[in-house]
Amino acid sequence: MASDDVWILGIHMTKFGKHTDKDTVDLASEAAMAALADGGVTMKQMGVLAAGNLMNASGGIGQQLQKQVGQTGIPVYNVANACATGATALRVAYMAVKAGECDMGLAVGVEKLSGAGLLSGGARKDDGDTWTPSGRYGAVAAVDGRIGTETMPGVFAQVGMEYLHKNAYDGTSFELFARISEKNHAHSTLNPLAAYQKKFTVEEIMNDVMIAYPNTRPMCSANCDGAAAAVVVSDAKLKTLGPDQQRRAVKIAASVLTTDPWEEACQILPNVNSLTRLAANQAYEKAGIGPEDLDLVELHDCFATAELVHYDNLMLCPEGGAVDFFESGASWRDGKTPVNVSGGLESKGHPIAATGIANIWEVCHHLRGEAGDRQIEGARVGLAHVIGLGSACGVHILERAA
Amino acid sequence: MAKQIPLVDYLSLDGEPHLVANECTGCGARYFDRRNACASCSGTDFRKATIPTEGELRAFTIVSFAAPGIPVPFAAGVVDCGGTSVRANVINTDPDPDHVTLGMKVRLATYVVGADTEGTEAIGFGFEPLT
Repeated sequence: MASDDVWILGIHMTKFGKHTDKDTVDLASEAAMAALADGGVTMKQMGVLAAGNLMNASGGIGQQLQKQVGQTGIPVYNVANACATGATALRVAYMAVKAGECDMGLAVGVEKLSGAGLLSGGARKDDGDTWTPSGRYGAVAAVDGRIGTETMPGVFAQVGMEYLHKNAYDGTSFELFARISEKNHAHSTLNPLAAYQKKFTVEEIMNDVMIAYPNTRPMCSANCDGAAAAVVVSDAKLKTLGPDQQRRAVKIAASVLTTDPWEEACQILPNVNSLTRLAANQAYEKAGIGPEDLDLVELHDCFATAELVHYDNLMLCPEGGAVDFFESGASWRDGKTPVNVSGGLESKGHPIAATGIANIWEVCHHLRGEAGDRQIEGARVGLAHVIGLGSACGVHILERAA
Repeated sequence: MAKQIPLVDYLSLDGEPHLVANECTGCGARYFDRRNACASCSGTDFRKATIPTEGELRAFTIVSFAAPGIPVPFAAGVVDCGGTSVRANVINTDPDPDHVTLGMKVRLATYVVGADTEGTEAIGFGFEPLT
């Protein structure tokens, strides 16, 4: 008897890095074709396509991709949800299968971001000849940099500093965050698909170019090109497929998307905490597992300062205990709950719309026992988390086939 | 004295400079821009509320790369002004972790952003250490 479970049948991420000879359609096609081949299926069997390309969100990447790999008349959902775009695309395909509209679907995320430089939250307002109030705050000049900062490294720096202050860790900041970055860069040396595979010492990280204290350059996610794609399948359909397909399929034990509930200050500094905790709670409940059951976690370390707070938000540690959790060595690949064994966004890279599927690829890779040198032995359950500022949070819990 | 205009409309230069928020009459949630309905309780009635000018620095960063025309480095942060959070720069002190610290007491201060072609001064605000 089939359940209403939805499975990942095939999944792929391209090498992250600089792809000067490929455009977004080439990269998306490479990921899509490889995900289909990984699942042993073709475009003809897909009942839905969800696709995201945040930097050109109005470009219709889904239809462009169809023209490159197969136009079959199926519905396409082009999605944009900040850094949660990839997770959102996967969840759209998941929902279509869950709803019984089709028995297989494809989700794709792609981004060309090499050389994009510093990403800021708000558009700059030009200073004119005479002061003229405009916009929602009646501003007479650009406010970014004059009234706080909207740059991503600065916003997430404050997120990490706020956590230290709230939990009475004042004064431990700079080196702590550098050591989180040291961990992820060390992990990346085992990941051939990472944009950067360079080990750094804590001193090198602290002495590198300061972007927004306490985030130096190696503590920031790497802008790069890349794509990732996944094929999802219903439980009933999976049971009709071959033994290898069934053995390698990975169960989506929970797929959750949340936005930030209102709280004091959430419109002053984006609150990336509450919506992550909300998503994690829902995901653990749906999956019927707890954080202590996780064999590995890929979380959204867009900056070293962000990784710290998500240990707590995902409940990998007691509330307020993220620093102690990290200090115990728990998040290193040989620790209790390995976090970002891919190298994380700081070294693997962060081609925005690809990230939310690429982190699921990483988890699946381990659950299938196919992660080679960086395999977490015996991995059965993993969690993938992304945050898109504004905000959107995607959490997926994945389980190895029995 | 030159004519002055605030950098943003929620900075009031009437009397001692202070910030003014739109406060939901139902639940007390405060917003520095307009709302059609309260994001917290869905209430639709708002009144003006004066924000305390002293507070505590709850989070900060020191920004080294910014938009053209913004001098760097500068300290940006979140100040808890008697329960209302305010986004602002920390000014009138050196922007380094020795002078800008979590939990430091600060107060609102204004400065001249610049003058336009008619000589009108735009007045910005930040928070300075309370010594």
